[in-house]
Amino acid sequence: MARRETPEINAGSMADIAFLLLIFFLVTTTMDVDSGISKKLSEKPPKDYVPPVIKEKNIFEVNINRNNEMLVEGETMQLEDLKEATIKFIDNGGGEGKVVDGVSTGPCDYCQGARSQTSSDHPNKAIISVQSDRGTEYGMYIKVQNELLKAYTVLRNRLALEKYNVSYNELEDSYKKDSKNEELKKKVEFVKASYPQIISDAEPTSVN
Amino acid sequence: MSKFGKKKKPMPAVNTASLPDIVFMLLFFFMVTTVMRETDLKIENPTLPNATEVKKLEHKSLVSTIYVGKAKDKKLGAGDKIQLNDKIASPDDVTAFILNERSQRSEAEHPYMTTSIKADVESSVGTITDIKLKLRDVGALKLSLSSRKLTEVKQ
Repeated sequence: MARRETPEINAGSMADIAFLLLIFFLVTTTMDVDSGISKKLSEKPPKDYVPPVIKEKNIFEVNINRNNEMLVEGETMQLEDLKEATIKFIDNGGGEGKVVDGVSTGPCDYCQGARSQTSSDHPNKAIISVQSDRGTEYGMYIKVQNELLKAYTVLRNRLALEKYNVSYNELEDSYKKDSKNEELKKKVEFVKASYPQIISDAEPTSVN
Repeated sequence: MSKFGKKKKPMPAVNTASLPDIVFMLLFFFMVTTVMRETDLKIENPTLPNATEVKKLEHKSLVSTIYVGKAKDKKLGAGDKIQLNDKIASPDDVTAFILNERSQRSEAEHPYMTTSIKADVESSVGTITDIKLKLRDVGALKLSLSSRKLTEVKQ
């Protein structure tokens, strides 16, 4: 009887093992996607620049002291209440809007606020001024910025839902995917212009 | 006789033993050729703040990063330190840093350049403001305050 040859080990599945490893690592590795709160700095004013006079009622003042406590319009406030207060302020719509290219935008017809005479006239006039101390913790500063941005998102979403039946976030996403679409662009710009983000960082106070 | 009467041999199976080698070679090729820009951190790895309203940074090649945090090297003392490229620097160096970053890109791309500040939650706003003022002076107005995306629990 002939001696049986030892059968060769089937190595065909080695490739599968290698692929499996490759795919496993592909899926589990997360590459940090950089994300952050985007801000646009104001341009450096020329030397002889006279700042425009802004009515007190159109400014929403947020102060953060070095102990990370917050003062909003002269009263202490907790972080949880900031969003509501901001929405109330922006969405007040108590008067006429800003004059753009010689045309007055008129009163805010999409605002649902209290239309109080002592709060902001129009979302495009409402300025949020954040003043922090040099010693304020950066984390707190970001939290405040985040709450303010949240307020804008709520308002923009509400307006977009009313007008176009989609939330602003979805609108923006679909515009990003299809950036040639003029109609979408118009919609996005409209919502953006209706509630423009006007957050200014005042020069910080310093004690030492 | 027997020569002709032989049964036909079955087709031998293709040897696939070298397939894993090919796959591994591909794997190694990509491992070697991918470059991940990694800067040596001279400061302690910053704990980024959490936020919900974050935007993704697009065009990674147009982003210049400034790190803010405590120095790893205790000799440099406590307090916030700024790291530009691989060195600890002062706010005054920010201008040169931005100009240097600009010179590496074409003129047309300058308006789209973004500065990303990766700062530790515990650093102070004062340091950030110093950087911001320098950025404003040099005209690098697009800024991103790096923070981790926090998905909010539905209320």
